[in-house]
Amino acid sequence: MEDKEDAKRIVFVTVGTTSFDALVKAVVSQDVKDELQKRGFTHLLIQMGRGIYFPSKCDCEDGSLVVDYFTFSSSIADYIRSASLVISHAGSGSIFETLKLGKPLIVVVNEDLMDNHQCELAEALEERKHLYCARPQTLHQALTKMELKSLVRYTPGDGTPVARIIDRFLGFPDD
Amino acid sequence: MDKNCGCFYSKMVTKCNFGLLIITLAIILMVRALFIIYRCGKALPKRASESFTTLVVLGSGGHTAEMLSLLSVLRKDRFTPRFYIAAATDNMSLQKARSFEDSVADKPAVMEASSQFMQIYRSREVGQSYVTSVWTTIVAIVHALWLMIRIRPQVILCNGPGTCIPLCVIAFLFKVLGIRWSSIFYVESVARVKKLSLSGLLLYKLRIADQFFVQWPQLQKKYPRAHYVGCLM
Repeated sequence: MEDKEDAKRIVFVTVGTTSFDALVKAVVSQDVKDELQKRGFTHLLIQMGRGIYFPSKCDCEDGSLVVDYFTFSSSIADYIRSASLVISHAGSGSIFETLKLGKPLIVVVNEDLMDNHQCELAEALEERKHLYCARPQTLHQALTKMELKSLVRYTPGDGTPVARIIDRFLGFPDD
Repeated sequence: MDKNCGCFYSKMVTKCNFGLLIITLAIILMVRALFIIYRCGKALPKRASESFTTLVVLGSGGHTAEMLSLLSVLRKDRFTPRFYIAAATDNMSLQKARSFEDSVADKPAVMEASSQFMQIYRSREVGQSYVTSVWTTIVAIVHALWLMIRIRPQVILCNGPGTCIPLCVIAFLFKVLGIRWSSIFYVESVARVKKLSLSGLLLYKLRIADQFFVQWPQLQKKYPRAHYVGCLM
């Protein structure tokens, strides 16, 4: 049993609070599933939000990729923690949650969004080699090119510089 | 005839005086507004000794997470009491702020006194039509005014999106009218790398934000009055 748990390599897909059917469709497409399996992943777990596209579940006994999905969960962090690879929408919450947990991440940008500034963040972090960035239609390509070893671990920042400037502005002494 | 004429004359004078009064008032207010804009970004002249009544405007999802990251490093005794405002449609943010306050409070009783949580109507929801948003904007402004009169903050911390704009504009008017002096701090979201958000742009260009923070160096180059502070997350 324990051996089986160890052998579990989960890909966790998250679309956040809205829906992103194009991403769900992309991850369950045959070529993406094949590529994931080729890279030794065993499970594909999808958080699909308010989407209306339901992928077909598969608890394949024949050794092919196990596919499962759910809509929402209050403990997304636990799913990220258990995953070996995260494929996420471009929301900053999901991105930083994954990076802080040190998990390899592919961000898929939703091109249907009106005010699409979200790709800015994903692309800037890709430039610093913290993650890979893709579109739904280029996900397969991104997966084949992906080299997890070349990713640079993200060092979380904090609000200390802001707090110092605010304190000085208001006339508080530095401590 | 004479009497009539005098009456007309005196009416003219009062009308004239009234006009003069209005013009004088307008000039005074304009000078005052210019003074406030001039003072924008200049540190408070006195050494702070007590704490500041602080208004924290929570955006949603990622914005709230960034704001709580900032609050976790601010000294609570300097920013007390704290009032949290979030959009009425956003249930998660106030919940997160509550659990944040719970985690920093030594005793529940202390927390009761030092922090309050409020909701505000939004002027426009995502996807709402522009016609109906005229009415909802009026409601939102009146509501914002009512909240600001109740809180009268000395420090405002905000990081977008739009919810913070009416509150900051009212704070600016409070300064002009001498109702309450406040310092406004705006932190642009980490998601903005090349361009400011509309809220950020407004508060920067109109010089409403006293200190403006960006999390990417590219933005600081474009907006030199901003401070580059690295990622909050």
